[in-house]
Amino acid sequence: MSDTFTPKSYDGEREITWCPGCGDYGIIAGVKQALAQLQLPPHQAFFVSGIGCGSKMPDYLKANGYLGLHGRTLPIAQGVKLANHDLKVIITVGDGDSFGIGAGHFVHALRRNSDLTMIVEDNKVYALTKGQYSPLSARGWISSTTPDGSIETEFNPLLMAITGGATFVARTFSGDPKHMAQTFAKAIQHKGFAFVDVLQVCVIYNSVNTTEWYRPRVYKLDDDATYNPRDYNAAIQKAYEWGDKIPIGVLYVDERPTYEDRVAALAQGALVKQPLAGYSQATWNEFRATMM
Amino acid sequence: MITNNLTIRIGGEAGQGMDTSGAGFARALVRSGLHIFANSDFMSRIRGGYNFYQLRVSDKPIYAPHDAAHLLLAFNQDALTQSLNDLAPGGAIIHDASIQFDPGARNVKAFAFPFEAKALEIGRAAGMDPKRAKLMANTAALGATAALTSFPFERIADVIAQNFGKKKGSAIAEANLTMARWAYDDALQSADQFAWKIAPPADPTNRMILNGNQAIGLGAIAAGCKLIAAYPMTPATSIIEFMTAQAKRFNLVTKQTEDEIAAILYAIGANQVGVRAMCATSGGGFSLMVEALGMAGMTETPLVVVDSQRPGPSTGMPTRTGQGDLLFVMHASQDEFPRIVLAPGGVESCYADTARAFNLAEKYQCPVLILTDAFQAFAARSVGVEELPFEKFRIERGKTLTDAQLDQFKPGEYKRYALTDDGISPRAIPGHPNAVYTSTSDEHTEFGRIKDEDAANRVAQHSKRMRKLETIKREMRMPEWYGPADASITLMGWGSTRYVIREAVDLLNARGVRANALHFTDIYPLDEARLEEELNKAKRLIDVEGNYTAQLAQVVRVYTGRAVDDKILKYDGRPFTGAEIADAVPNIARK
Repeated sequence: MSDTFTPKSYDGEREITWCPGCGDYGIIAGVKQALAQLQLPPHQAFFVSGIGCGSKMPDYLKANGYLGLHGRTLPIAQGVKLANHDLKVIITVGDGDSFGIGAGHFVHALRRNSDLTMIVEDNKVYALTKGQYSPLSARGWISSTTPDGSIETEFNPLLMAITGGATFVARTFSGDPKHMAQTFAKAIQHKGFAFVDVLQVCVIYNSVNTTEWYRPRVYKLDDDATYNPRDYNAAIQKAYEWGDKIPIGVLYVDERPTYEDRVAALAQGALVKQPLAGYSQATWNEFRATMM
Repeated sequence: MITNNLTIRIGGEAGQGMDTSGAGFARALVRSGLHIFANSDFMSRIRGGYNFYQLRVSDKPIYAPHDAAHLLLAFNQDALTQSLNDLAPGGAIIHDASIQFDPGARNVKAFAFPFEAKALEIGRAAGMDPKRAKLMANTAALGATAALTSFPFERIADVIAQNFGKKKGSAIAEANLTMARWAYDDALQSADQFAWKIAPPADPTNRMILNGNQAIGLGAIAAGCKLIAAYPMTPATSIIEFMTAQAKRFNLVTKQTEDEIAAILYAIGANQVGVRAMCATSGGGFSLMVEALGMAGMTETPLVVVDSQRPGPSTGMPTRTGQGDLLFVMHASQDEFPRIVLAPGGVESCYADTARAFNLAEKYQCPVLILTDAFQAFAARSVGVEELPFEKFRIERGKTLTDAQLDQFKPGEYKRYALTDDGISPRAIPGHPNAVYTSTSDEHTEFGRIKDEDAANRVAQHSKRMRKLETIKREMRMPEWYGPADASITLMGWGSTRYVIREAVDLLNARGVRANALHFTDIYPLDEARLEEELNKAKRLIDVEGNYTAQLAQVVRVYTGRAVDDKILKYDGRPFTGAEIADAVPNIARK
């Protein structure tokens, strides 16, 4: 069988500037694999990212994209989706961007169930600014701005996603390319807000959560025939699991109408495809009468 | 007797329904073929306080409020006390019998009616809740107003029937009609004591009643804006509310976001993929939008942002008006990028210049900022159908590439940020296979790829963007003159003061002072050479602005070297009136 699109179809023309050994290499490979698996033409994909190492991803891909501001991916993505819901809108963004400066937008995006895929490159540090702690750094985490260890409780993004209203919540691991590709493909295919937390290694600033640390700890939920991702309470339990055993795979899935499904104006098709000056004389006259 | 030239003020506390009854009376007047100008003055509270709704009536088009009222409808003691000094000599007060008032030596008439007692009595008979029944005092006061001004009762009755007839049940409509009729009959006996009369023309023309915020929403709709995102903030909120009320008719998406940052980002996201979109806020919300504004400048994404000004800094005076944000919006966000600043003056300009803003945003691929203010946001007037020719608005998208044009490109050939002489790069709407591209807030190549270290590329791209300013200047309109060309005094202003300054000019000329006005709607970018020529026509230049530092005067001086000779500045949160400006001129001239 010959596919129109292979992972190479999404190769950008650029030199990649990530550090050798960075988890992002695996993540971008997983993204390309997923796009090829779904046979999604590059012009029908729209990537949104923020600022940070992982947010450089759209610059290295052949696909439409907008590399915006730190913390502001989600409102941009929701605006894009409302304007053209025929595009597959995928957010690739770091954990500091998503849950530090961007936490407010995250909470509200969850409530709306917009048809978006949010892939968080979760290395639990601020890497591009050279190693400060992130909202996902564990309590006690030592960094240049927390020399005595962080005195804050880390944010649990999976728990927040499930309880906040996401309809697809998954976790994968940058050391398992096949699992990443499968998880991304499922997330992109899901209709609704799909959240994927990618456990990503940072070879420079995170010497704790390394590939060697993760490998023996992660286990696949797919291997557990008794686990039902449609069970809300079970998903919440799984979201708490961390330490010796870390679940990866789809924790939670639900089907609900998306935000775009519920916006009346989109029933006539994507906004961008609707005529710019399409109002009839009758419509205007009717309007005028209401103002008289 | 004075016919068709009066101002009625309805004052009371929030929740007493002055706006509703005032708007009802305005509707009756406009349907009868009269012109109105209505503005309200309210406090930042839901109940209580002292608010008023003021209605100016004429048989000629009117564009500004009058500073004196001829008839005051006072619904509480505060309304009476606080508005008394604004009453014209010979004017009258209609008030509830429960409010004590003795005009004493003042040349005003007072008519007391037992509005509330009667409302409770009629309401009880109609089975109404006493709280709702009390609101009928409004209807009665309008009945009394009709009688004193000799306005036909039937015109009021029609509006009452329409307001209460459909959804609220006809028993309430009947009760209101009974109230109005009672007050009308009662007041008719005093009609000869009030000199200002309303006489509808024989052949009424159909006109709409629109305020500035509604006109902004209409301009957006006519220009093909399909999405508005906003976070509630006075005095901008009614823009998204109006567009939401019209969403089904015009197939719009309106989104109340989690904050103003999200609002501007939604609008940028939608514009980036080809949908005309806007956001609307006041200065505080705009402060939150500033980072994203610069992003739109960098990614050359078309964008329309409305800043409806109120006095600041910070929360300032939420329901009041001012013109303090001009320099802020001109310079907001780090470094330099092309932007356009428009400040419409009047309802028709709010409509037309907002519509034009969407064309400018796409033609020049940059943010367009619309400056209005609380006064203009809520000020409504009767507008002729011909003044807002929605159907005739011509959409211009500049160098936006069509699918047919994109079909001619080879894959990989398209450069979103191609270097051009006029600074404008042909823009593809994402979704075409021949124009797959990224945009970034980083400095970038012609293809839109990050290149944030290279000096030569930086210079090439920054110069390209900034060249757009020169291109835009050619299309910017010069300020507008009003009044005699050979005037010895020129009043200079911008935005919402357009018509009050015109009133001042008329008053001054009537008093023998040769004055004219120079009004700016297009503020930035300024074409220095052309503007200098215009300014050379002014002898004594007097700046009129709603801020402390004469911001427009600063801009004019920076760009043209021309300094103003004097300033009339106001920053008390209240709008200017024509008489106030005219009165200030001789004082300045004497200095």
